[in-house]
Amino acid sequence: MAVMSDAAVPRPRLQAWLKPHRIGLIVLALAIVLAAVFLMRWDWLPKYLPLALQGLWRTIWLLVLSVAFGLALAIPLGFAQAAGPVWLAVPARAFCTVIRGTPLLLQLWLLYYGLGSLFPQFPWIRESFLWPYLRQAWPYGLLSLTLSYAGYEGEVMRGAFAGVARGQLEAARAYGMPRFTAFRRIWLPQALHRALPTLAGETVLQLKATPLVATITMVDIYAVASRVRQDLFVTYEPLLLLALVYMIITGILIYLFRMLEARIPQRLG
Amino acid sequence: MSVPASQAASLDDSSASTGPAEAIHIENLHKKFGQLHVLKGVSLSARDGEVVAIIGGSGSGKSTLLRCINCLENPTSGLIRVNGEEIRLRPAGDGNSVPADRRQIERIRSRLGMVFQSFNLWSHMTLLENVIEVPVHVLGVKRAEAVEQAKKLLARVGLAEKHDVYPAFLSGGQQQRGAIARALAIQPRVMLFDEPTSALDPELVGEVLRVIADLAKEGRTMVLVTHEMKFARQVATHVVYLYNGQVEEEGPPEELFGNPKSERLKQFLSNIH
Repeated sequence: MAVMSDAAVPRPRLQAWLKPHRIGLIVLALAIVLAAVFLMRWDWLPKYLPLALQGLWRTIWLLVLSVAFGLALAIPLGFAQAAGPVWLAVPARAFCTVIRGTPLLLQLWLLYYGLGSLFPQFPWIRESFLWPYLRQAWPYGLLSLTLSYAGYEGEVMRGAFAGVARGQLEAARAYGMPRFTAFRRIWLPQALHRALPTLAGETVLQLKATPLVATITMVDIYAVASRVRQDLFVTYEPLLLLALVYMIITGILIYLFRMLEARIPQRLG
Repeated sequence: MSVPASQAASLDDSSASTGPAEAIHIENLHKKFGQLHVLKGVSLSARDGEVVAIIGGSGSGKSTLLRCINCLENPTSGLIRVNGEEIRLRPAGDGNSVPADRRQIERIRSRLGMVFQSFNLWSHMTLLENVIEVPVHVLGVKRAEAVEQAKKLLARVGLAEKHDVYPAFLSGGQQQRGAIARALAIQPRVMLFDEPTSALDPELVGEVLRVIADLAKEGRTMVLVTHEMKFARQVATHVVYLYNGQVEEEGPPEELFGNPKSERLKQFLSNIH
């Protein structure tokens, strides 16, 4: 939409900003920012900045990896439901239903406090090369975020696979495309493209689900904010900064998904 | 249930093995959709260089017959030979037969250029990508080579300027001409047209028919299901009239259109102008 209106309005950018209501809003925004900067406490910021950057990095890789792995799982989950044999479709549907039907916090705790506390009871697990990882919190956080994303997106992909026009697949078949080639070249790209707008929204939701890992001792950007509150009793400032950080990441995500969507031009109507 | 004389004659021809080789040979083909018996023992033959037009009323089974040639529909029983090679079939659970050898049917399909009523260009690819897709990813042609060939084909169907356009931005006629270029790109032994102009606005039909007529002129083997009787009469070398799942009458176009013998064909032709 933004791109289209820019193209439709050829006048210089600056002039477009200088409308009375816009000037008013810009002044208001500046006032809020200045008030926040000068009237609130930010002296803690330099001290906590390294920790905050570490937390930010943790939030970002947690998001990126859980979305990547989750989507890699969602594709077979969705395809099994849309076109698979019953013995694959039923378990896939059951998985998606269970994941979507229970709170993410519950899944996270079941994995971390449940599964995580079972492992030490088995000596062979403690002796295995995986043990150094299984003792930490992040594998459980990443796993549960991944499974959650896979559960929701499996359902999205089911619809996307089912929605690809029969004729598109029939054309592939008519030209002798082997089944896997047809899946890779025709079915999957079209399904992904159909799912992109939904995936964009779901990925933003996933970003905002990541703070839950703070409850299992992972220090992401959210955990840094609450640590500042605990240490210094400064409440609002870190939360405001946190809101800003999440908004910026969301903006970047939406921009990236827009770019992906725009790779295939759509004709509306 | 009488077997038309011409059909018996064509069966004799195949054993005599004179003239051009048979590109498509169908014998006693049956197709049922559940209880519905759509094809009731159809035989059809197309020799190299022949243009066979299949005509008939709605529901006569003409599209089903065409789609059985490359097993897009699984026949119930019968024999299908493409370029002398019989498609091996095995019974499936639903009473129909499915190709027994996936490799074989894929190989045969990759030399049959199918053109659909609803174009079915791949919507996530540009026109050029559509045309090179099968050569590059199925037939193993080098990309640069495929692109060069695709450009020639697109120029030939009058779409030289549209390489990088996505199908959604093309008119129906342009899409169908693009689909014909896609079919030509696999260097097909036989072109199969499934009502190629039925989904087009009347003013766009002509441009597609001209392209098909050009192909016929250069001696391409084609099987064509169509409602355009005038066109069938012009380009076909052999016309088959299907009625209720059986070949009611067949022969050269002048004879079939000029002097129809069967009452049903007479009536069919008089209803269409």
